[in-house]
Amino acid sequence: MITLIPKKCIACKLCVKACLFGGVRLEHKTPVLTELCTGCGACIDVCRAGAIVSSGKSTGQIHNLALYKGIWVIAEQRRARLHPVTAELLGKARELADVRKTNVSAVVLGADIKHLSNVLIQHGADRVFIADAPFLEPYRTIPAERVIAGLIDKHKPEIILLGATTMGRDLAPRLANRFRTGLTADCTGLTIAADDGLLHQTRPAFGGNIMATITTPRHRPQMATVRPGVMQPQFFPDRNGETISVKVKQQASDNAVQILKTVKKRKSSISLEKAEVIVSGGRGLGESKNFRLLEKLARVFSGQVGASRAVVDMGWIAHEHQVGQTGKTVRPRIYIACGISGAVQHLAGMQESDIIIAINKDPQAPIMQIAHFGLVGDFKRIIPELIEQLKPAS
Amino acid sequence: MKGLRIIVTVKQVPDTADVKIDPKTNSLMREGIPSILNPEDKNAVEAALCLKQQHGGTIIAITMGPPQAEEVLGEVLAMGADQGVLLTDRAFAGSDTLITAFTLSRAIMKLGKYDLILCGRQAIDGDTAQVGPQLAGFLELPQVTYAEHISIEKGNAVVRRGLEDSTEWVRVKLPTLVTVTAAVNAPRYPMLYNVEAACDGSRIIIWGAQELKVPETMLGLNASPTGVKKIFEPERKKKGQIITGDPKDMTGILIDKLQELNML
Repeated sequence: MITLIPKKCIACKLCVKACLFGGVRLEHKTPVLTELCTGCGACIDVCRAGAIVSSGKSTGQIHNLALYKGIWVIAEQRRARLHPVTAELLGKARELADVRKTNVSAVVLGADIKHLSNVLIQHGADRVFIADAPFLEPYRTIPAERVIAGLIDKHKPEIILLGATTMGRDLAPRLANRFRTGLTADCTGLTIAADDGLLHQTRPAFGGNIMATITTPRHRPQMATVRPGVMQPQFFPDRNGETISVKVKQQASDNAVQILKTVKKRKSSISLEKAEVIVSGGRGLGESKNFRLLEKLARVFSGQVGASRAVVDMGWIAHEHQVGQTGKTVRPRIYIACGISGAVQHLAGMQESDIIIAINKDPQAPIMQIAHFGLVGDFKRIIPELIEQLKPAS
Repeated sequence: MKGLRIIVTVKQVPDTADVKIDPKTNSLMREGIPSILNPEDKNAVEAALCLKQQHGGTIIAITMGPPQAEEVLGEVLAMGADQGVLLTDRAFAGSDTLITAFTLSRAIMKLGKYDLILCGRQAIDGDTAQVGPQLAGFLELPQVTYAEHISIEKGNAVVRRGLEDSTEWVRVKLPTLVTVTAAVNAPRYPMLYNVEAACDGSRIIIWGAQELKVPETMLGLNASPTGVKKIFEPERKKKGQIITGDPKDMTGILIDKLQELNML
């Protein structure tokens, strides 16, 4: 047990900085212990005034876990439009909340975004916190962290989900850091375990060669970023929910980082994530010009052309076509893999496709193991046949 | 400004493509897998070297890991960094990203004043991209992630960030922490005369829990909020149908099947 002696305190804040768990803070120049104190004693070592003493050993009790309730989704929006990952997160949160018998809340920050509340509710939120202020648009780490941390501190959610986007991956570690809690990056699977009630967070590691299931057993909230394109959104047109306007005020520290300008990247005509049919090529194509044959086949289906990492690295085709761990995650109705051996890193991005067709000379290639239909042979002869036989039908 | 004091965080990682699970023990088989300097950390070192060329100053590389992690400090010194710090102690083992960032933050506080901390965006063994922002959190610094270009002007860093659908230019007052992606530069090769200098040993400091003055209850596996419940190889769907024969026949069979499934 840690005991504070406020009379001796000189309000130097060294203990606050020394505490890994956020277990001590200063209120009106008086130190107070929070419920996060673990009794580890790190603050005693740094206190020069002798205002902190220890009686007995560390309690080992970290958090009052039962205080934390509900599942939160930190929504992502740009210029008042939601990023698709937000609906995916809400879909998953809804499912988890039904298992855990709890509620789903969404938090959204930005300027002129009041209309988003209803959209968030329709996608599964029971409650929406809206912080609407000019200084919150566009996203910047420090003000977003401060506003959201204030809400977490007050309402104590049990689980917080963010998209594994540049924004989510910038913000989530800062929030986890504030609450000295666990964060699992880039999850592709989330379940509530029947035995321990914990969030089981599954993610690829080692370039997708290994999957790991991670838990945060003794700290709250349990936090995860989730890979875009993996979870399924849900839509409930007639849902009702509660909207809470969050009062926010700008602070001087919010402007530590100033955005000088933003240039939108040229909009690509490639939207693999939305394609119903994808025809992908790999090293087995032999040379870059063979992608033209794939384009022809894709056109028959009104589909798009994808690619493996190997051929993108070799410069045969632009990165925006890349499917896999370091490219895009897709789940089209039909995925046709031509001359792709099926490295784990590629499979990670396409194995959820409804129907996988592989065209490969090697019947032993890993892609043949997961394909619904594996055609053994030369793509140069098979693809023209496919185009020929499909055309009259269409 | 008279020279920049730049700290670069680096990590030794296994070359991931070959990592497998031992089916008997259900643990990672790391044996015989070469260790490398994490690629984006190499970009961070190169970015530091470029800034030092323009503005003068000192580059300190810091890593946490087992004793053999000293190898990556040798490589970084050979690229041109001035000083290496190795954090190694059994008490550090099993740290998750939060505790890794915490431990690094204590070492950096001990190193004294700095202008800039550079980190690779993420390491290829975990791909979490969490340690940089968490380190900034512990040091109470503003952060700029996903940097593709960095320049220093009048005590500010001006950074170009590569986001999904846009490019953003930001200005931040030093000191700050920046994480870089592979797009920031093409790292140089270690130089022979630097290798010789790197080998004299005096340029690498080794610190453990005692030097950092952190109690063991705040370190390593026990202090880490996250734990690995299990590891497994990615699920493979069961084998489908292999079709062989003449291209025309194969195509015919495939189209029949797709029609049966209502996919056309």
